[in-house]
Amino acid sequence: MTTAQWRDRVGRTGLYTLIAWMCLFFSIPLLVVIATSFKTSAEVRTFSIFTLPASPNIASWIKAWAHACTGLKCGGIRVGFWNSVRILIPSVILSVSAGAVTGYALSHWRVRGANIIMLLLLLCAFIPYQVILYPLVKMESAVAIYGSLAGIIAVHVVFGLPVMSLLFRNFYVGLPEELVKAARIDGAGFWRIFALVILPLSVNILIVATILQTTGIWNDYLLGLIFAGRDNMPMTVQLNALSTTSTGEIEYNVNTAAALLTALPPLLIYFFSGRYFVRGITAGAVKG
Amino acid sequence: MATPVPVRLEAPLASFQPDRAIEQRRVGRAYHLRGRAARLALIPAVVIMAFCFYGSMFWTVYISLTRSFLLPVYKFAGTAQYVRLFATPRWQVAYSNMFIFGFLDIIGTLGLGILLAILLDRSVRFEGIFRTVLLYPLSISFIVTGLTWQWILSPTIGVQQLVRSFGWTDFHFNWITQPETAIYTLVFAGIWHQSGLIMAIMLAGLRGVDREIWRAARVEGIPAWRTYVSIVLPMLRPLVVTCLVLVAIAVVKSYDLVVAMTNGGPGFASDLPGKFVVDFEFERANIGQASAAATVMLGSVLAIVAPYLYYELARKNR
Repeated sequence: MTTAQWRDRVGRTGLYTLIAWMCLFFSIPLLVVIATSFKTSAEVRTFSIFTLPASPNIASWIKAWAHACTGLKCGGIRVGFWNSVRILIPSVILSVSAGAVTGYALSHWRVRGANIIMLLLLLCAFIPYQVILYPLVKMESAVAIYGSLAGIIAVHVVFGLPVMSLLFRNFYVGLPEELVKAARIDGAGFWRIFALVILPLSVNILIVATILQTTGIWNDYLLGLIFAGRDNMPMTVQLNALSTTSTGEIEYNVNTAAALLTALPPLLIYFFSGRYFVRGITAGAVKG
Repeated sequence: MATPVPVRLEAPLASFQPDRAIEQRRVGRAYHLRGRAARLALIPAVVIMAFCFYGSMFWTVYISLTRSFLLPVYKFAGTAQYVRLFATPRWQVAYSNMFIFGFLDIIGTLGLGILLAILLDRSVRFEGIFRTVLLYPLSISFIVTGLTWQWILSPTIGVQQLVRSFGWTDFHFNWITQPETAIYTLVFAGIWHQSGLIMAIMLAGLRGVDREIWRAARVEGIPAWRTYVSIVLPMLRPLVVTCLVLVAIAVVKSYDLVVAMTNGGPGFASDLPGKFVVDFEFERANIGQASAAATVMLGSVLAIVAPYLYYELARKNR
């Protein structure tokens, strides 16, 4: 082999070694948590979390799901799971619909001030939650939905609106104008064009938006903590309460199982829809 | 009054009409009606923006300029809240922590993200698998991320315990429990969670670089790393700036991560502005101080976003 070939081979080996180390750094936290969740309580007490379970068992998963205690209630993380599902479904449907309609109205229709509306929406996407949290609490109290399921759903729709609208708007301006024009000439109105022309072309962007909102709302902590009320605490809030309770011995195997159960829905979405997920996350990166 | 949508019919269709003037007027009015539907459809968004975002924002900023404590008071009091805020030790810690955490997190996330993008850009095999591994942290919540890293860095069960079990029994790695170092542990988790995002954005940019540039560099005998550093990355500067802005804003907004990882402790050693605001608003019920701190957060975000948007708009209009 020539020197150049040798150098090339060394370079490629170095490249793959480096990538492999990086992948290890990124996967260790997940592997450690998985390993710990299958350990017995005795093992957790004696070894570091980096060891593999001697005899893997799912006792801690069952305990985390059905019996783990947060405060005085011992119903397991499933309480939070179902609360999160109840919050998630209406929030996603409403915020994606609101974003689609707003984005559509801002793209193929000439509305006075559309550019200003878009700039203002864009700025909204950057505002930290903390800046408007307290006024939103007061507003929700005034209409008596603070601390209820409706209250948390409303807040998710509000915070989803800027990014959703801009996401759809940017997609819709890319659609050929002729389609909408042809429908207009055929006498179709705003809503008819939306339902018959625009929506059938929106499948991809609807998937992206739904995935973005689903993972975002499932992973939310702050809004759930403040707005959901005691009876609707989402899974993330319950998980944090469960894991940071300092009474008695900390059951790391149960806590890791609860953390995995909480992380599982977005992880599954990610593994099964990678491309859409990445598109959404890069488009909606300003959110939070 | 709204302006009717300008009628720009396709030429063949327009010439088909016998009387264009009448037709245009008629169509114009019909468009006008449909334009109203579009305006009606925008009302919810405009109302939400006006009340929930901008109204609330101005309310918070105004309250920060009053003497509000437990309840909002509307008498203007100048900058008294800010003077008090910046004299509060806990805020001083939280505010300077934002810069410490921000500086290291931005450098680490951008550095690692760009490095990963370059590595994957070298036409490696199994790219799909590597990508999947490097991006999965993005789908995990900051709460789970924070708890996981709390466990890894915990002296009793984490890295310290692991190294001790190898026989190095007086090994110390207890940053997360020490007030002086707790804030640095957040950086590990921050980099782990965010560098995939930077990698995805930068990789898309690298893939868009003209292949001719690579060919020219190869003909000139410029090594690949040199081509990246001196030619390709400078070409992608707007994208790097976007990444910088994204990470910087995420730093200002950080909340869940610190709650799950250190809960601001020990004491308030690893506190951040986002947590300071929530604690003062909902636990200590000190609306005045919380509003002042929230306004500082808003100002920080604006200080990042305003130059960026200005730069972006200037670039696009050029």
